[in-house]
Amino acid sequence: MYKLLLCWRYLRTRYIALASIISVMLGVATMIVVNSVMEGFTAEMQKRIHGIVSDVVFEARSLDGMPDAQWHEHRIRQVVGEEIEGMSSTVVVPAMLSFQHGGNWLTRQVQLIGIDETTQSLVSDFSKYLQHPENRRTMSFQLREGGYDVQDYQSDGEAPPRTQMTEAGWAHRRRMTRLKNFQERMNPASTEKPKPPEALSPSADPFAAHPLTGPEEDKARFDPENEQHTGAVLGIAMISFRTPEGEDKFLALPGDDVKLTFPTAGQPPKVVSDNFTIVDFYESKMSEYDASFVFVPIRKLQELRGMIDPTTGVAMVNAIQIKLKPGADGNLVRDKLRAAFPPELYGVYTWRDKQGPLLAAVNMEITILNVLLFLIIAVAGFGILAIFFMIVVEKTRDIGILKSLGASSRSVMGIFLGYGFSLGAVGAGVGLALGLLMVRYINEFAALIGRITGRPVFDPSIYYFYKIPTVVLPGTVMWIVAGALLIAVAASILPARRAARLHPVEALRYE
Amino acid sequence: MSNPATSLRHTTEVKTAVFEPHCRFETLEQEFAALAMPPSETQKHLRVVDLHKSYCKGSLEVPVLRGVNLEVGRGEFVAVVGQSGCGKSTLLHLLGTLDAPDKGEIYYGAQRVDNLPAAQRDHLRNRHIGMIFQFYHLLPELNTLENVLFPLMIGHGVGGYLRRRGEFRRRAKELLELLGLSHRVKHRPRELSGGEMQRAAIGRALISNPSLLLADEPTGNLDQATGVEILQILKDLNRRESLTIVMVTHDPLIAAQADRIVRLVAGRIEE
Repeated sequence: MYKLLLCWRYLRTRYIALASIISVMLGVATMIVVNSVMEGFTAEMQKRIHGIVSDVVFEARSLDGMPDAQWHEHRIRQVVGEEIEGMSSTVVVPAMLSFQHGGNWLTRQVQLIGIDETTQSLVSDFSKYLQHPENRRTMSFQLREGGYDVQDYQSDGEAPPRTQMTEAGWAHRRRMTRLKNFQERMNPASTEKPKPPEALSPSADPFAAHPLTGPEEDKARFDPENEQHTGAVLGIAMISFRTPEGEDKFLALPGDDVKLTFPTAGQPPKVVSDNFTIVDFYESKMSEYDASFVFVPIRKLQELRGMIDPTTGVAMVNAIQIKLKPGADGNLVRDKLRAAFPPELYGVYTWRDKQGPLLAAVNMEITILNVLLFLIIAVAGFGILAIFFMIVVEKTRDIGILKSLGASSRSVMGIFLGYGFSLGAVGAGVGLALGLLMVRYINEFAALIGRITGRPVFDPSIYYFYKIPTVVLPGTVMWIVAGALLIAVAASILPARRAARLHPVEALRYE
Repeated sequence: MSNPATSLRHTTEVKTAVFEPHCRFETLEQEFAALAMPPSETQKHLRVVDLHKSYCKGSLEVPVLRGVNLEVGRGEFVAVVGQSGCGKSTLLHLLGTLDAPDKGEIYYGAQRVDNLPAAQRDHLRNRHIGMIFQFYHLLPELNTLENVLFPLMIGHGVGGYLRRRGEFRRRAKELLELLGLSHRVKHRPRELSGGEMQRAAIGRALISNPSLLLADEPTGNLDQATGVEILQILKDLNRRESLTIVMVTHDPLIAAQADRIVRLVAGRIEE
């Protein structure tokens, strides 16, 4: 009883000890904030990765792909059919993207992905990241009249508006065409026709009989004011840049034409090139994806790469994306598929495997940060140790009195251990509240620090989030608080033992 | 404290009424009940046989007590006088089992106490010995009432204390009232005068209803009038409640108030 009373009184009258727990408090708060932010980034990143990579990816090791997607899908269903919710085939090939801006041709290295727009949304969140509301509902490779998002819909209205997007669509296309025609009339010298790209030599084509329309005749009939090329969805980062104010500037808009150049299937690969019209932008906020992915209709890509057998009409694909039923174990499905198909021809990966090194690196960062921050709390423990020794010396006489009144050595020790525990509890409690509060207002806090230091803490032009994402895991918070309490108690063991061993006569002689 | 004698008479009754029953709850109770109430009147309350104690100062051993023999009867008020540094306080600490003698024996009734295990000595101090000191030794964080209640808090667990809290508080308040401190119940020790602090210390010493009171220079820090007042309280306790008191002092005038005076000279007792 008296232990509780004394702990309580000491807690209320010894402010120096409270000062010692400020470091415990800060340590706990920092750990909570860092863990929440790191967890937030990880969760956000995993969501983005998973948004583009389906649960399980079944891919051919060769760039030429695997023949007969239907047969493979059928075989996959035979092996793990009960786990599968949907499948979609893709063709993936490295490519060059060229587009004209201000009279200059700009070229980007991209990953060209042929997708089936009807089944792609079954296996991934692809369509969720598009800029036209209609496309988010039902994806289409047809250019829309207008109505593209001016406000980034994923940013909760935080981001500055993308004013250029107001004119995107057919309106932009018609305006640009008229402008180009006008320039050509004004300056006929510059309109010398560039040499048309060489048509594929039929002998290199595995399906040689397949007729290809020459770009020459195509061009004659093509009316850019009312017609479009095959639609392409571009990653938003390859065509735009972000100012330090967080505003996105676009070099091309939906409605503009781009040129894609990529290798054909077959040996040796030939280079083919074709015109596409931007119909939408893809913004997953994973800069790696947004800067490199270009999506086009799979059928068109198969056609251009010569992946369709002209006699049977059966097409080759590079990969089959598999969406699993909720609760299904991706690793199990992966292992079953690996066993069922020859591993030298097919690779099977879960979405985690695909980004394994990145996720592992982030996890390692979290671990190291936690170790470092926990050391801060441990340092605070030594502060408590020192101040406790002081308090024991100061309380020497009181300890003598306690013993002369019949308190046992063990209960004197208990007083100081209890005192250490209550200090730790106060420190961890206030730290917990402070940490959670900081997590709650992390963006306001970051902005404030940015204003004070004159350097933004969170630069939206580096990250594709406008706000710092946070996730508070109750388990982690519990461990942090428990660790802080443990350290506070551990630090008070030595002083408490010293108090317990004080000889009552020595203690009482003080005056 | 206009009439301490009557007041303290009343105290005895309250003490008996409230404190007798719970004394039998503890496991060690039988043993210590026997200690506190010796079988015959002739048995001395406190008996010290050939007590030796020395302190080490560096490598030098300084003998303080060299064969003290002392007997104190039940209900006796004994004053121990001597030069300062002659070992009076050491003797008192040994009597209070706060320290262990190098040689010799201490008996409470028939029970030898100097070699008891620590837990039993703690219990003995908590229940059967009251101690007051020259510098009062109240706990500065607690108010007067809490200081008085403190031995009860030590002696009872959290549950046991809380169950009987009302009874204990009533008892402590009565005791404080009798000691003339009822207007100081909520004050911290630093807000009290010396006499008030010593009276609070007496209250703390008496709350467990001990049979023996050890006083170490109880008036040493007080002015003459207050000293006399405190001494009067002790004398009344001794007379009305047969409380055995061993008081240590260097002041012959104070010592003269006791039933018997023993002198401690060169580590030995001279009657």
